[in-house]
Amino acid sequence: MSHETVAIIWFGLWGLIWTVYFVLDGYTLGTGMLFPFLAKNRQERNQLQEAVGPFWGGNEVWLITAGGATFAAFPAVYADLFSFLYTPMMLILFALFFRAAGLEFMHKDESKRWQTSWKWAFTISSVALALLFGVAFANLFYGLKIGPSGYEGTFLGLLHPYGLLGGLLFTSLFIVSGALWIMIKTVGDVAQRAYQIARPASVVAAVVLSLFFVATSNRTTLFDNFTKAPILWIVPALTFVCALLMLLFVWQKRIGLAFANICLTIFTLMATGFIGMFPNMLPSRIDEKYSTTLFEAAGSELNLKIMLGVAIVMVPIIISYQLWSYKLFKEKITKETAKGYQ
Amino acid sequence: MSDVLLLSRFQFAITVFYHFLFVPLTIGLIVLIAWMETQHVRTKNPLYRQMADFWGKLFAINFVLGVVTGITMEFQFGTNWSEYSKYMGDIFGSPLAIEALVAFFLESTFMGIWLFGKDKISPKLRAFSIWMVALGTNISALWIITANGFMQNPVGYIERNGRIELQNFWEVVTNPYAWHMFVHTIVSCYIVGAFFVMAVSAWHLLRKQHVVFFEKSFKYALILGLIATTATPFIGHKSASFAAKMQPAKGAALEAVWETKEGLPFHIIQIPDPKNERNIVEFLTIPKLGSYFYTHSFDGKVVGFDQIPKDERPNVNIVFYSFRLMVALGLYFVALCWYGFYLYRKNKLIESKRFLKVVMYSVLLPYVAINAGWVVAEVGRQPWTVYGLMRTAEAVSPISLSQILFSLVSLVVFYTILLIADVYLMLKYAKKGPYASTATKGGEVQHVS
Repeated sequence: MSHETVAIIWFGLWGLIWTVYFVLDGYTLGTGMLFPFLAKNRQERNQLQEAVGPFWGGNEVWLITAGGATFAAFPAVYADLFSFLYTPMMLILFALFFRAAGLEFMHKDESKRWQTSWKWAFTISSVALALLFGVAFANLFYGLKIGPSGYEGTFLGLLHPYGLLGGLLFTSLFIVSGALWIMIKTVGDVAQRAYQIARPASVVAAVVLSLFFVATSNRTTLFDNFTKAPILWIVPALTFVCALLMLLFVWQKRIGLAFANICLTIFTLMATGFIGMFPNMLPSRIDEKYSTTLFEAAGSELNLKIMLGVAIVMVPIIISYQLWSYKLFKEKITKETAKGYQ
Repeated sequence: MSDVLLLSRFQFAITVFYHFLFVPLTIGLIVLIAWMETQHVRTKNPLYRQMADFWGKLFAINFVLGVVTGITMEFQFGTNWSEYSKYMGDIFGSPLAIEALVAFFLESTFMGIWLFGKDKISPKLRAFSIWMVALGTNISALWIITANGFMQNPVGYIERNGRIELQNFWEVVTNPYAWHMFVHTIVSCYIVGAFFVMAVSAWHLLRKQHVVFFEKSFKYALILGLIATTATPFIGHKSASFAAKMQPAKGAALEAVWETKEGLPFHIIQIPDPKNERNIVEFLTIPKLGSYFYTHSFDGKVVGFDQIPKDERPNVNIVFYSFRLMVALGLYFVALCWYGFYLYRKNKLIESKRFLKVVMYSVLLPYVAINAGWVVAEVGRQPWTVYGLMRTAEAVSPISLSQILFSLVSLVVFYTILLIADVYLMLKYAKKGPYASTATKGGEVQHVS
């Protein structure tokens, strides 16, 4: 296996790890965004906490792995991406603090003020994370203002219409994912209310997704790779098909299938983005020559091969015990039995 | 630019200290909880399960902050030390990725299983889950210290394409510097865990409440504390003398050695004067002992600052006093644990109010000691970020002053809020005692012992 081949494999893995993170944390972020609107009392809050409680920590490690894999396999991208996007990255970190603490600390004290503060910390952080990740990845697809001397843009400069549309897209997809997850995991009023939200939210998500694809084709060069190798169109086509199926299944109230399709929508959406970026990892909006490609950023051949070996051994093990944990907690959570975070 | 560098270093120090307020307790406490769960499987005595539930609840509060502050560390090399990351990423990045793959997934997934499944799953599965958490936390320390070990003692690399590239992975993972630090760190974390359990137990024992429960907890922690504190001086000594051999500047700073000497004496009381490159006070001197500490020979040669260029020296005062503080505290922990053991054997532990009070008020000292130890390791390596290869000043990101000010101020504010919440909850649940935390249905668990 040549250095180039293993670098390309790592680009694929890099995209895959980010994608798995968004698919998995999507439902937790969605649950967080909907939390105060679905749960009207302590028992119902317990239900929602328990719907994500056993899993969110393990899911968030996919984000840490994404960071670690970027660092290990593409050090130059790790260095530039996070220092170029310094302010949004810091905001993401702050939101991650309060998402976790909000969820876990909320019921650890009986004071009303305590509970309300952490509850809203959980929700606002979840909204912020969905928006920020959406804006950040839309900007990666769009291209950053990278010039001869590095990053020339500003934080507010990232909030152009296409970036904001990306934020809106992530937010709406995650809300659908969260609402469906809650319906899968719980019974009773919260599940009912989740369905009330899932229906309009699925329409909004599908509309925003369409707008995002139109904007992508008009405003970015992301689809160039697809034009070059038309077989690849199958990926964004799948995004559309899955989104439509999701919509259909939501309205038919076939929630398991709807959830599977929202996950596939997120998956193929991210795949479309990463295929479109290839071989760039830090695309420059100013001039192609300032872009960083995966070949320029890749770590040494030995490092990439060793890390590939570690990933091949570890990832199946991780997936099997994570699946086992989902199986262990497959029972629906009722109002009466829910304990939440005590 | 120098302001950005200074503030970036400040931010790194704050975030790493803050992270390390939670990590040692995670690593130390989980071993005790796993032991309790194992005892529950073996004896079927519900007291052990109750113990695991109570300490597990405190563990969980601490754990979540360890996780979130760890994420800051994971991304901060990129945000604030991008030049370092570009130069070093080929070697430094992989231990971090491996840490996530082999350790973080394990501990986080099984923590979720234990926390939400403990009333559903069998005692054996409870014990298995918590051992997986323990394994994960301990392995994570190994990988992050492997990464840090490279910064202390770069091995297995080649300088190529304007950066450091991996040449021998085996050398990186068997780096003796890393293994010295790993063993020293892990054992110190067990001291933190043991003292935490002893201190909380002492608080209840002083009030004569839940006596059976907290006497047993105290005993478990005391055993771990005895082993860990007794081993630490030997492990720490090996670690320090090895560090001094590999990094003479750090070595010279440990005892503030200004002149290279054979048969270096050791001063129990010593006050360095870095400006004039001498010690102002050298008191209670033991001849030749210093050489023995450094070289295991009373006549061994110890390198002093006279052989080290001025721009390659760390801040002597910080390293010297942190080292002394750590060693003094380490010896105090040994004495305290052995005295506790003596009282325990005499069956006088519960009556010895003064001892229990001393233990209670000592709860934060292991945190001080372990952080002082890291100050020695990290400040002692300065001005290098990677020893001999890259200076800290060359490692910083080209970010603006306003960016670093924004992140530094926000981090301090948010971390303070989280710390206040954490301390409040830890105190609250530690004081509440076992009954409130047990999830067992049908009232109190009986004491059987």
